[in-house]
Amino acid sequence: MTINNVWVFAQASGGVATTGTLELLTKARSLSSKVTAFVGGDASAIAASLGEYGATKVYATGDLNGKLPGVAISAAMKSIIDSGDAPDVIMFPQNYEGRDTMARLSVKLDRTVLTNNIDIADSADGVVATTPIFGGNILVATAFSGQGPYLVSFRPKSFAAEPAGASSPEVVAVTVPDLGKQGGAKVVAVHTEQSSGPKLDEAAVVVSGGRGLGEAGNYSLIEDLAKLLKGAPGASRAIVDAGWVPYSYQVGQTGKVVKPSVYIAAGISGATQHMVGMKGSKNIIAINKDKEAPIFGIADLGIVGDVHKVLPKLIEALKSRS
Amino acid sequence: MNIVVCVKQIPDPASPGALDATTHALKRDGKLILDESDAYGVEMALQLVATAGSGEVYVVSMAPNGETSGMRTALAMGAVKGLLVSDPALAGSDALTTAKVLAAAVNKLGGADLVITGTESSDGYTGTVPEQIAECLGLPSVTFAKKVKIEGSVLKVDRQSESGYDEVECTLPAVISVTAGVVEPRYPSFKGIMDAKKKPLDVVTAGDLAVTPTGWAGAGQKIVNVTQAEARKAGQVIEDDGEAFGKIVAFLENLKLI
Repeated sequence: MTINNVWVFAQASGGVATTGTLELLTKARSLSSKVTAFVGGDASAIAASLGEYGATKVYATGDLNGKLPGVAISAAMKSIIDSGDAPDVIMFPQNYEGRDTMARLSVKLDRTVLTNNIDIADSADGVVATTPIFGGNILVATAFSGQGPYLVSFRPKSFAAEPAGASSPEVVAVTVPDLGKQGGAKVVAVHTEQSSGPKLDEAAVVVSGGRGLGEAGNYSLIEDLAKLLKGAPGASRAIVDAGWVPYSYQVGQTGKVVKPSVYIAAGISGATQHMVGMKGSKNIIAINKDKEAPIFGIADLGIVGDVHKVLPKLIEALKSRS
Repeated sequence: MNIVVCVKQIPDPASPGALDATTHALKRDGKLILDESDAYGVEMALQLVATAGSGEVYVVSMAPNGETSGMRTALAMGAVKGLLVSDPALAGSDALTTAKVLAAAVNKLGGADLVITGTESSDGYTGTVPEQIAECLGLPSVTFAKKVKIEGSVLKVDRQSESGYDEVECTLPAVISVTAGVVEPRYPSFKGIMDAKKKPLDVVTAGDLAVTPTGWAGAGQKIVNVTQAEARKAGQVIEDDGEAFGKIVAFLENLKLI
């Protein structure tokens, strides 16, 4: 089919469009000459940058006043679609708000969803999205069938964000309809966890720890090593679930996707959940006491050993150099 | 306070996954177990009902071949009743149909004050079903709940966010999805396991719930190609002899990172 109209679920953080949004816009403009950014919030600060990356039009709901984004933005999208501006494809980021909005909208429109994708193409088979499964070893290409709009979500870093040149897209205000009973959830307070050093998904070096560290107190080894390498500390889902470190440290399918120059996995066996989030790293170093651990299957340098012995020596060696 | 927990019964994650050669669907024909990420929801439900002082915990599931072993685990933990939707016509269903079926199953049990799900299954991980169930039921929802309490008719949730967490208040009835690690799931006792065998567990078809099963035909999607990804090769693996840290130093030096 020919794609004539693509929407991108657009988000801002700290007054700027998120990198994920710019990645999706970059891909969207290669699919269609008409690209609309749909903003659940105020768009005045980010409209120019949305335009620079490919948006020809911006819909903005204005402040959601504490309403949860999924229910509010999906209702706003539905009202625009009903009014006649129906896109062929809506691209969502694979994150909390994107996922919730896509799910609500799929019921409202009675349309299927394709999630966790890394690519999309308009081919002889129709609109085809590609998702990696089994830890990324297998790629599954799935075509939408039937009527659009096609709802599809993408993992972070699936596309490189590239500006197309300055432009000023038309910004159209959208009213969020009355949500009735479904709007019964409200955000009453926001808590931000502070972290120092480079951001996990932008750092050139990431040092992650897992269950093999034995106990929460040993995570300081990970932090020390990350600091010495001017990198960011990360974690496997196992130790996030165990409460050793906050969720924002999590690398993997349900956490951050990282592609640093060097990824050091210490005491991480390499569950699919984790590998999906880090196998795009340029170089991988793994330390694990189990020589059968799957992480060694993708590591450039694997050390079969005890992290409690290897890490302190490594830290000492790096300290003595600086 | 009646709570329905939606649980998924999945192939044992310890054994390698495989795709059916014809349909390219994930093979689910072996023994299925309770998805570990749903054990948190069951535990959360049991704790909330215990705190409320009254009410019951029910479980619903959709699975092929009348499979109930994973649901029995939930019953052994303390849920009192189960409803399984099993129907060959549902094979190949997408997340939307799954949500329609589970929402209908919740209604079949007489509705609930609270519906609890995991955030995403460990085998298919589409991750949209919780919010789709809420939309099908016309209810508010709070996804990615990492702390949950109920005060009167108000649900108070700490909801995980990209940068920390949000405090969310929500009217009941509602749907929540809970993150792994939100509570420590109990191990079923021997008595619990024995009792679970006698607890009511009804099996119904999509037709019984008045949901039109769509399966492959109506999924709105079709797998067109399955390929091997470019494999990442294993490099050098060495046993630590006490000096292996030196190899890491040399590796980092070589990349000019130190």
